[in-house]
Amino acid sequence: MNPVEKKLNNDFYIESPLPPKRTRMQEFRRLFGQNRLAILGLFIFILFFCCAVTGLFLTSGSRPIFDPAMVRLQEKLRPPLAKPNLDSLQPQEVPVLGVYLMGTDDLGRDVFARMLQGAWVSLTVGFVAVGISVLIGIFMGGIAGYFGQHHIRTDHVLLTLALILGTGLVIANFTFIGTVILLLCLAYIFYSLSARHGSTKKETPALKAMLHSNAVSVDTLIMRIVDIMLCFPSFFLILTVVALLPASIYNIMIVIGLTSWMGTTRFVRAEFLSLREQDFVAAAKALGLSNFRIIFRHIMPNAIAPVLVSATIGIASAILTEAGLSFLGFGVPPPHATWGNILSNGKNFIFDAPWLTFIPGIAILIVVLSFNLFGEGLRDIMNPKLRERH
Amino acid sequence: MIDGRTTNDRPLLCVENLKVYFQSNGARAHAVDGISFEVREKETVCIVGESGCGKTVSALSILGLIPTPPGEIVDGQIIFSGQNLINLDEKTMQKIRGNHISMVFQEPLTSLNPVFTIGDQIGEAVRTHRHIDTETLYRYCVQLLNDVGIPSPKQRLNDYPHQLSGGQRQRVMIAMALACDPDLIIADEPTTALDVTVQAQILALFRSIQKKRSMSVLYISHDLGVVSAIADRIYVMYAGIIVEQGNTDQIFRAARHPYTQGLLASLPSLSKRGKRLYSIPGSVPNPAYRPEGCPFHPRCRHRILSCQKEYPGMCDYGEGHLGRCPVLFETGVCSK
Repeated sequence: MNPVEKKLNNDFYIESPLPPKRTRMQEFRRLFGQNRLAILGLFIFILFFCCAVTGLFLTSGSRPIFDPAMVRLQEKLRPPLAKPNLDSLQPQEVPVLGVYLMGTDDLGRDVFARMLQGAWVSLTVGFVAVGISVLIGIFMGGIAGYFGQHHIRTDHVLLTLALILGTGLVIANFTFIGTVILLLCLAYIFYSLSARHGSTKKETPALKAMLHSNAVSVDTLIMRIVDIMLCFPSFFLILTVVALLPASIYNIMIVIGLTSWMGTTRFVRAEFLSLREQDFVAAAKALGLSNFRIIFRHIMPNAIAPVLVSATIGIASAILTEAGLSFLGFGVPPPHATWGNILSNGKNFIFDAPWLTFIPGIAILIVVLSFNLFGEGLRDIMNPKLRERH
Repeated sequence: MIDGRTTNDRPLLCVENLKVYFQSNGARAHAVDGISFEVREKETVCIVGESGCGKTVSALSILGLIPTPPGEIVDGQIIFSGQNLINLDEKTMQKIRGNHISMVFQEPLTSLNPVFTIGDQIGEAVRTHRHIDTETLYRYCVQLLNDVGIPSPKQRLNDYPHQLSGGQRQRVMIAMALACDPDLIIADEPTTALDVTVQAQILALFRSIQKKRSMSVLYISHDLGVVSAIADRIYVMYAGIIVEQGNTDQIFRAARHPYTQGLLASLPSLSKRGKRLYSIPGSVPNPAYRPEGCPFHPRCRHRILSCQKEYPGMCDYGEGHLGRCPVLFETGVCSK
């Protein structure tokens, strides 16, 4: 018996002194600390977040502290930091701070209160829209990357198309044809289910062989859908959809989310393609884990870094898109203030009251810039190859 | 057998005529072409062969982990405790993997998930198959790490894989493989990526674990030195076929097949100091275009004409020592 074995059998182990070690989090903090611009971005983001949350509380309710909807026609187009004319105002119309911090607009509404209200809209639009797009992106990308080699049978593709066609026809009031198509689909589903149980027949007719042949791989299907979605000029797609749907902030979030998941899908798929071949995935399979668990618990945390980065930058672009929509008048309906529609109102008075354009414009600029800086900082930290350059 | 281990005769795993083919660029690669072997209870069985001879593929097919668009199990049976694993569906296989059969992979550096701590990963290995509360799980994980010889196991549980050395990572992999007390551990060249001293430690670990827990080990390697240290019985594989099998003494002292003899001759040793090391001429045939007859004949020193045409079955040399070679068959050494 050799010494090593003897050592093992006697469970003879000394608790060795441990060298100081950096955890991943400490390493992350150190690198992040070196990136001043990213810190600036994070700082502005936190400030913005606090503004938006306090803004929500200060501007909502039946008697808000800052009332964004209070109209004072006699006080219209006052410049920033102007004192209110106390003689002409009811006591409840006097702004809380005793001064119009950012001036008033053409209806005499306090721009500061409106900006506060708009901050919450921008924040929620950014996060919800990106949340939707990231969820869809991760799901589609994960499926395409992990199950990409699997094939979909021709009859399943045809069946799905027929179901969509049938439902579409029913919705479009061609009830008879639509119902017939849907019933045919149902009949086929029952037929194939029963055929599987009683599969005693040996010969396969040409038609059945054709229907059961592999039409397209999962990867091809999903990535071509992504390509098709990317072909649309997305801003105009959003304009069209928003024009059809009732104007509401939630519709805008959902539409922005549904038209911006393609980038995430591509990222996630690319990461999955390389991670799928890693040994730790094979090891996880050998431990008897299910595919679901391997995808979401083992591969996803490894693939999440580029997604986070693109999500951060995606928030900026979602805020920008919402501002653009509101500017064009398709966004959040009027009584509610958003940075985009303050800007849009202000453009009529750009020479008389330039602050109405500049204040929301600069606010959008700063927030979007801070998100981009933070996102790029994250990317530099998480990507060791880019890290070398600093 | 070497140091007095008793082996039960009942086979735990019995692979019969397993054929695994891969479809690649229109050609059909015969990665594993009809191999049969068995692993009895409490026994260490080694499969030896050059790179690309189908060792890993046979190991993966036992666990049903062959990627199935290119690969395909064409024929054969894999009987494990009375069940044919080839017929089982994915759900049942998941219950067997890690629980009854577990596997240790070749590359400890990449076989652990970089984003989770060691404790998480061992814990997951346990909890996949056992219901166990957090406190017991923690103590069990510490126990496992201690069993595989990792110092200060409590601190190590919170470490990430990149903080451990290669040898320690392989120990963690072994701990994960042991987590559910499997009946069989498949070790696919677990010491290839490690340096020689660590290799010796890992081998010692395997032996002591096997002795303590009385489980079977299917050890896959290309390193005859490693094999001689650990094996009860040896199967020598060449180009997807088992060419010789026998216990360790029979293979190392009385190898019959020219390929095994060539492998043994190419081992470096002190007595050969100063001489040129022997190497088998040529290389392993492409599994898609295998030579007719005996797959080894283009490289064989003893080949005769019939080697190119026919390939007989196993010849029995007695006491479980079998070889598959046309020359030995012709010369009438064998009884069958």
